[in-house]
Amino acid sequence: MNNEEKRFNREEEDEEEESGRGREAWERTYADERSWESLQEDESGLLRPIDNKTLSHAQYRRRLRTATAARIQKGLIRYLYIIIDFSRAAAEMDYKPNRMVVVARQVEAFIREFFDQNPLSQIGLVILKDGVGHCLTDLGGSPEAHITALMGKLGTSGDASLQNGLDLVRDLLNQIPSYGHREVLILYSALSTCDPGDILETIQKCKASKIRCSVIGLSAELYICKHLCQETGGMYFVALDEPHLRELVLEHAPPPPAIAEFAVANLIKMGFPQRAAEGVISICSCHKEAKIGGGYTCPRCKARICELPTECSICGLTLVSSPHLARSYHHLFPIRPFDDVSPSVLKDLHKLPKNCFGCQLSLLNPGNLPGPQVACPNCKQHFCLDCDIYIHESLHNCPGCESLRNSKTISDMEE
Amino acid sequence: MTPVSSKLYADDVSLLMVLIDTNPYFWSSTKNTAFTFSKFLSHVLSFLNSILLLNQMNQVVVIATGYNSCNYVFDSSTSSMQRAECLLEKLEDFVDKDESLSQENSVDGFGFSLLSGSLSMALCYIQRVFRSGPLHPQPRILCLHGSPDGPRQYVAVMNSIFSAQRSMVPIDSCVIGSQHSAFLQQASYITGGVYLKPQVSDGLFQYLSTVFATDLHSRGFLQLPRPVGVDFRASCFCHKNTIDMGYICSVCLSIFCKHHKKCSTCGSNFGEARKQEPSASDQRRKTPDLNR
Repeated sequence: MNNEEKRFNREEEDEEEESGRGREAWERTYADERSWESLQEDESGLLRPIDNKTLSHAQYRRRLRTATAARIQKGLIRYLYIIIDFSRAAAEMDYKPNRMVVVARQVEAFIREFFDQNPLSQIGLVILKDGVGHCLTDLGGSPEAHITALMGKLGTSGDASLQNGLDLVRDLLNQIPSYGHREVLILYSALSTCDPGDILETIQKCKASKIRCSVIGLSAELYICKHLCQETGGMYFVALDEPHLRELVLEHAPPPPAIAEFAVANLIKMGFPQRAAEGVISICSCHKEAKIGGGYTCPRCKARICELPTECSICGLTLVSSPHLARSYHHLFPIRPFDDVSPSVLKDLHKLPKNCFGCQLSLLNPGNLPGPQVACPNCKQHFCLDCDIYIHESLHNCPGCESLRNSKTISDMEE
Repeated sequence: MTPVSSKLYADDVSLLMVLIDTNPYFWSSTKNTAFTFSKFLSHVLSFLNSILLLNQMNQVVVIATGYNSCNYVFDSSTSSMQRAECLLEKLEDFVDKDESLSQENSVDGFGFSLLSGSLSMALCYIQRVFRSGPLHPQPRILCLHGSPDGPRQYVAVMNSIFSAQRSMVPIDSCVIGSQHSAFLQQASYITGGVYLKPQVSDGLFQYLSTVFATDLHSRGFLQLPRPVGVDFRASCFCHKNTIDMGYICSVCLSIFCKHHKKCSTCGSNFGEARKQEPSASDQRRKTPDLNR
């Protein structure tokens, strides 16, 4: 092997190690943007761009999945640790600009969505880096606190250790009260785990502690992650690209079905603090600062608290307001999925409503033919597809059923 | 609807969704006072006209909140001239239909109207406007409500409020009845709208035009009625008392004022894990304090 060949070989190795850096700039734009992924083949083998239908269909699919689980008991009080892998592998640039930034962005969106859907739950953040797990934030109910802590700690180094992360989280989760649902969500970039001991033992311990572990991989499927999820009843998915990652992460926001032996039903003592009068100066117990007006007063120890929901730092009472409880009620009383309108009904033009009951959009396609529409099984009103998605994903009310006094009594009697 | 892209939307163009309470039981109770439904309508009509005059691109949609049903009665983007006639005609049809739906024996005194239905419809309409493109008028909802709150609607009304909050749609409320509405107080507080209960109902038009006519952008420069304390305390499911402290079922989030052995809503048995729980939660409480 002469010198020139050696150099050539080394270059090739370099390229494999730090992918992308060895390529020319013009090559990189093609390799990084993955322009071929935004094309699809149609029936005759011609290429055409992917339309937005796939996106809306994916939403639809997510909606249906939650709807099918309608009558299953949900774990509404969740204690979730998010383990984020910020090892060397997270610096990979296959996601734009790199995996770390993309993951941080998705976690931020997830934290906001999580607290919107689970106002009584708590989140904690753990980062895997340099072979150990760092506890970034303790369990808490304030989205802003977690997000600022996460954004302040961006940076990758070292290896990831699944075992160290799980051990740390297990110790923390063992302290939570028995009615809470213990969950771990792991966002794993690395293709290996660098552990000090037997990870299978740790997995069995997690199972014994009734912790539900879910993993979202960013590179390729790993046996150990799959094994962990199977053992503890979690979900394991590998993301294809950023939108897919987002979808996978947000799938963890709605409360999962509760497993009876995982959390014991219990009565939790809670306080409903009243808003303190405007203009009163008091020292808040959460920031230890004097503040004017606003804030809430703990009904048990009269300490001043800045925001709800929280746990009183003096007496430990859980403090909520009634809207926080109401925010979770739609998980308990979900609306039924709408039915597709059968073609036989669509033929009968005179009986069909002309407009969507929700938004008044015309349901007729150009040429006065009935377009795609769905109907509520309860009140039989017809809706357009956009309203269908909005009603099931955000509103959680059927406008048709809500604007009929009599249908309501019928459905109440059925229940 | 004219294509949205062809219009020039500035930040002061509004889409006003007006929800009118047409509950016949409420309006028959106001007969003795000077403020009748027809008087109310004349105030509202002049208000709607003034909204449409304020900006040529403003849009007004009126939804009637009835006793047995809800429906759209007016949309300024589809109906042409003769606004008042068009609205009144549709409203009359609606009231007749609403009346025909009522079952004779179902009248239990002073009924509530279907606020949750009209709120849901208004939100669906607003979503359609959001979907229409990046340029659209700024939507807001105005509830002109008189009937008392219907306890059975609580979950549905709260769902609508949270959905409005998520899409940043303020819900303004103008209560024309004799009592305050806890639902609308919460709705306006949570979504950042204005809650107002006029003291002199004869001057309704003045209240409407001074408080609710301005667009969302200009609101920042005005001193609008401030929210008086909204009571966010919960009431227990067992005695309906308002409570400061209570017990919540961890399964279904029902609220109780005393410790029970079994949840009356979902039937779960409590207290099986009581033995191990106190030590665990005490430990947790102490550790973070020491760290601080």
